[in-house]
Amino acid sequence: MATITLTDLKKLREDNKESENIHIIIGMGTCGIAAGANKTFDAFLDEIKVNNLKNITVKPTGCMGLCYVEPTITVKTSGQPDIIYGNVNCETACKIINEHIVEGKLVEGHIFENPAADIVNTENYDSDYKQFRIVLRNCGVIDPENIEEYIARDGYIGLEKALFELSSDDILNEVKKSGLRGRGGAGFPTGFKWEFTKQIESDQKYIICNADEGDPGAYMDRATLEGDPHSVIEAMMIAGKCVGADKGVIYIRAEYPLAIERLEIAMAQSKRLGLLGKNILGTDFSFDLEIRLGAGAFVCGEETALLASVEGNRGMPIPKPPFPAVKGLFGKPTVINNVETFANIPVIITKGGSWFAKIGTEKSKGTKVFALTGKIKNSGLVEVPMGTTLHEIVFGIGGGIPNGKAFKAVQTGGPSGGVLTEAFLDTPIDFDSLVAVGSMMGSGGMIVMDEDDCMVDIAKFYLEFCVEESCGKCAPCRIGTKKIYELLDKISQGKGELSDLQKIKDMGAAMQKASLCGLGQTAPNPVLSVIKAFEEEVLEHINDKKCRAGKCKDLVTYTIDQENCIGCTVCARKCPVNCIEGAIKVAHKIDQSLCIKCGACFEVCKFDAVIVS
Amino acid sequence: MQTTEEYKITDALASFVEKWREKPGNLIMILHKAQSEYGFIPRKIAIELGRILDVPLAKIYGVITFYNFFKLEKPGKHNIQVCTGTACYLKGGIDIIEELEILLGTGVNTVTDDGLFSIESVRCIGCCGLAPVLLIDGEIFGKLSKDDLPKIIADIRDR
Repeated sequence: MATITLTDLKKLREDNKESENIHIIIGMGTCGIAAGANKTFDAFLDEIKVNNLKNITVKPTGCMGLCYVEPTITVKTSGQPDIIYGNVNCETACKIINEHIVEGKLVEGHIFENPAADIVNTENYDSDYKQFRIVLRNCGVIDPENIEEYIARDGYIGLEKALFELSSDDILNEVKKSGLRGRGGAGFPTGFKWEFTKQIESDQKYIICNADEGDPGAYMDRATLEGDPHSVIEAMMIAGKCVGADKGVIYIRAEYPLAIERLEIAMAQSKRLGLLGKNILGTDFSFDLEIRLGAGAFVCGEETALLASVEGNRGMPIPKPPFPAVKGLFGKPTVINNVETFANIPVIITKGGSWFAKIGTEKSKGTKVFALTGKIKNSGLVEVPMGTTLHEIVFGIGGGIPNGKAFKAVQTGGPSGGVLTEAFLDTPIDFDSLVAVGSMMGSGGMIVMDEDDCMVDIAKFYLEFCVEESCGKCAPCRIGTKKIYELLDKISQGKGELSDLQKIKDMGAAMQKASLCGLGQTAPNPVLSVIKAFEEEVLEHINDKKCRAGKCKDLVTYTIDQENCIGCTVCARKCPVNCIEGAIKVAHKIDQSLCIKCGACFEVCKFDAVIVS
Repeated sequence: MQTTEEYKITDALASFVEKWREKPGNLIMILHKAQSEYGFIPRKIAIELGRILDVPLAKIYGVITFYNFFKLEKPGKHNIQVCTGTACYLKGGIDIIEELEILLGTGVNTVTDDGLFSIESVRCIGCCGLAPVLLIDGEIFGKLSKDDLPKIIADIRDR
């Protein structure tokens, strides 16, 4: 198709509004595909063919957020409420065709309530739903590989306004009015960031989208790009128009092949329509976009390290100022925002900054997407207005802890954040309140832990991550992470001393003050917060040489209860080091000098005869 | 294991290099292409790329060794990537690695004697909702338990 005009775009939008057909929409993000969505997709097509049914459209979509019941599908029939089915394997797919579509009966046992209202369907957020989707508005709704569906859901209206109705100052004012703060972790006001770059005179400016989601346990940016790539492309162009940049770079993790593929398709489609490239919609605004791959370095979340990586170098940070907004990519002024921040922009421009500012708390506007994972019943992606309590997310939306276990902590902010105990569950979530209680928003990983998780072990996990990811440039981070890790390791082996805790606190404080970049400054946070919130448990490791969760192997002994053991030999056969002695029908014994504490005997014993202490 | 195989710049890599030659900051993109061609970055290819791009070999190795994603050693025909992100760690990702080590008789970052399998511990692949997960030849297996592993390996072996 030739380059389109504004009139063509508006017509395209009207022409692609909902049709009369029945739609079967299948969640085909990475999670969905991993759970077998491809097979489900084919099963629907086959069954439709077998029944010779007409006017049914089967199409893929991004993540619906219900990761715990993938594959998920939505059946859309005009004039009727949408029905969401979960755990849809091939068999269930056949049932849905035969019962739901043909006979008009719902298939029991697989129906899930729609978890969220979204901004395209709902003008104003009302509290009937616990979740409200701005960022994920199109995820689970549109086919991400079809630009027309994006356009039909108010897509590229923001760009239209930015090009035809608003001056660059107006765009900036809307973003500032919205109160949007960067969703990558630090929460810096987006409008101010744009303003710094806008004010500077330069022959070349850049817009960069940071899609190098490195926080282990966070995947909202992957889901956004897989489900709604155009929202990010549109936002980057709006930012370009605002600050006067005509080049954009999406810096994305190589570990996200599906997101990369969908972005490439989306970019090609926008280019074909003339919504990306030279003289967009016939105006004098041009914008060029390019994908650059990350290669697995957490430190590249730091802006200056990210720039070094895009420039093809080792991703090591440099001191700020000058900030990238002033001196960024190839020395030119550069706006860097993350995926989730950008995904908000088209809505802010379409609906207006003051509309957006009505959602959320006083200092944190809008919504936040969390990847709710770990020991939680309903793991998945949730998007809630700022100010929602942790309790609401973990026990309301998340459904609480599975297997009858007790809640222990929720971790936010990943390797830069902290753990929050039950006492803080009523905290309304926003940037400032989380910092006040000793954690941080971070990019949105929210990991729930239960009584079986050892907090010393968790702190060690995050520290080990930071040891590996420290770029090594500055001493506080390079040496500090390693030394704190060694002390934690010592404590987990039962060799810790009380003075070690003070050492950790002192080194942590030094790292927070003296490290060059955010990685080192925040690396001690998880361990410091564990020492504060779970002091008793840490002291048990040191004083009593005891790990109550049984995770620290050096502090655990396995013994066999001579009363309960019936001498079935199952454990002796399973033991990988042959350290269990005992004949048939004679109570067994574990040779402690050989035991490697793998727990295999404990797992296989059906008579509760293996005791962990 | 230092490989003695001979590696030549493939046509696909050569044309990729031509396409990216003039773009500033092209090195990481070219290394990605090289790794997708050979499964790792052979020394010979690194030397060749240095010559073609006029970049010192030290800089190329500096970049390769900085990033987790780039490999200097040839992985097994089927590289088993076990996720050790936070959610997978909590749900037993380490147990999965230990079980694989026992099943395959090899350790993390090494290749089985027949060259068929290698085990790699990788950063979060963003499938936390299905934790613990592993990735073989681009296919993701989720909600794993140790008992699932023998069948997965047997199926791959039969391919």
